[in-house]
Amino acid sequence: MNDLVHRYGTALTLLMCLAVAFWLVILVIVPNLYLFENSFRPYLPVQDMGGPKDVYTLKNYLTFFNSPIHITVFISTVLYSSIVTVICFVLAYPLAYYLSKKVSVKSLPAIFLLLTVPLWVSEIMRSFAWFIILSLRGPLNYLLINIEVIDKPIRWMTGFRSVIIGLVYTYVLFMLFPIYNAIQSLDTAQIEAADDLGAPWWRIHWRVILPHAKPGIASGSVMVFMLSAGSILVPTLLASTNSRWFTEIIQQWMFESLDWNTGAAYAFLLLILCTVFVTLVMRIFRVKLSDIAK
Amino acid sequence: MSASVELQDVCADFGSFRAVDNVSLSIEAGEFFSFLGPSGCGKTTILRMVSGFISPTAGTISIGGKDMRNQRPNQRPTALIFQNLALFPLMPIWENIAFGLEARGVDKKTRRKRAEELLALVDLPNAADKTVAQLSGGQKQRVAIARALAVEPSVMLLDEPLSALDLKLRQHMRAELRAIQKRTNVTFIYITHDQGEALAMSDRVAVMSHGKLQQVAPPREIYNQPATGFVAAFVGESNIFSGTLASRSGDRGEFQTESGVFKGRLGPDIGDGAKLYVRPEHVKLDAAAINGNTIPVEVTDIAFEGNFISIQTIDATGRTVVSETRNDGTASVPDRGTKLFASFDADKAFILADEAKNQPVAAA
Repeated sequence: MNDLVHRYGTALTLLMCLAVAFWLVILVIVPNLYLFENSFRPYLPVQDMGGPKDVYTLKNYLTFFNSPIHITVFISTVLYSSIVTVICFVLAYPLAYYLSKKVSVKSLPAIFLLLTVPLWVSEIMRSFAWFIILSLRGPLNYLLINIEVIDKPIRWMTGFRSVIIGLVYTYVLFMLFPIYNAIQSLDTAQIEAADDLGAPWWRIHWRVILPHAKPGIASGSVMVFMLSAGSILVPTLLASTNSRWFTEIIQQWMFESLDWNTGAAYAFLLLILCTVFVTLVMRIFRVKLSDIAK
Repeated sequence: MSASVELQDVCADFGSFRAVDNVSLSIEAGEFFSFLGPSGCGKTTILRMVSGFISPTAGTISIGGKDMRNQRPNQRPTALIFQNLALFPLMPIWENIAFGLEARGVDKKTRRKRAEELLALVDLPNAADKTVAQLSGGQKQRVAIARALAVEPSVMLLDEPLSALDLKLRQHMRAELRAIQKRTNVTFIYITHDQGEALAMSDRVAVMSHGKLQQVAPPREIYNQPATGFVAAFVGESNIFSGTLASRSGDRGEFQTESGVFKGRLGPDIGDGAKLYVRPEHVKLDAAAINGNTIPVEVTDIAFEGNFISIQTIDATGRTVVSETRNDGTASVPDRGTKLFASFDADKAFILADEAKNQPVAAA
């Protein structure tokens, strides 16, 4: 702090601190606290607000547990987010290994540019693009039929197929970069040592590279899982009638029923249950929180 | 157990840079063989070619009489000890040592047993369940040796493994390595830029410069009969006189320098660029002139090094001539400014080409 004052002067330091505090307190903490408080109050007509019926209750939370459909949607959200995370890992790990240990340093900037260019386009545009690509008479089916992989068009946008495709596409880089960083920090001599000691490639990965990359895999997985479970754009655009995402239910409570109290309760349930789920999975894979923060 | 290693006209190019230039030599089974040279001389490239991480641009490498072309590192009977050791920090010590056995499908109980045997061999009992981070530098060294020995290699390749240790430990590990090599009778190929290591441990030493072999010989011969000027200057110290060869008869010659004409032994392949090399310990300082190979000098500086005393002098042309005497506790040291005569035996002076032009003949 003294260092900051010394370097930038009192006025600028104060300005910076206030700006950060404004962002953190006013834009993040206060709205969340407001919603959190609201989630424990009943949804009442305006005239009853502040009246005798306006008491703290767990009713909004119990609504979820008493509604099998919502529980099913929640479970499928967690399930398919997990599937998205696994697919992202399967795609990102070989790529991360290739980028960090095989590609020459000279060509890295170009490859990273190619990888990140899609991020320049907004998520909603990318989801619309997939909407078009995956449509029944869309380019993907056209291509697959023409190279004779399939003989009649596949109905992609039914079930969770299209949501999975869309989410993987949107979030795969959040898996790639942490794993890339982790493998990058592995001394190449260790890979060579394992090779020299007679280990085949898969054992080198299993015993040397994967354990080293575990913190990166963990932080990538947490990010992809949480982003997927909390995603609203991709499921809204790419899901079909028989595949609903939990965030869509929250949106319904808030914007269709205008019941912000129950919506808030559902939002916090999503946060809490996903956190519990992630913690459990981390326990199973013996990953510590400090590993991820590295 | 051990195998011979044969290099035949081996070259290695990196782009237009020739790292290893036409190297041929044979290393016998069970030999402790060192490559000695400054950094960038190609010695590490040779090691990586023998272990299989890079392929020679030209030439062949065979181990135990078998051509190693297209053999991956994990298919060769070699084990490499890396400069930074490259231990696996996430595995306990015994798993590190048994990794090669694990890769060969040995069951866990046998692996553990073998790891403990090897830990005993390298004098590190009770370390099996420790982590790499819990060990000191010297202990890590031993684990790396044990890990390499576990796969029962015919040839051990060591890439300056002692360079990270402090001086005392390094000297201790030298003796240790030598002892382990004798015990296991595995062929050791050792890479170093430290002449002390190479001379103290090896059966034979190959001195390299700019990708070329300068001399391949037992340590004493490297030191006492350097084949090229590079060897004379790189291994130990030398007084170097530039000049021209005035006459030759047999293996002796007369060398004309600014400081006078000196007699010396002729090295192989002497061209125009030859110089005369004399080791400081072979330069004697006397009050009276002795016939032949004598230069009048004046003492300029005296350095007391403990076990020897180094006396710097200059001659009339301003050239520095260094003389070293063993310190036996009674040796008299001349004062600065004393005028003396420096002399050396013609047997101990070498007239040598700067660097090897052709492959040196490998002494058996």
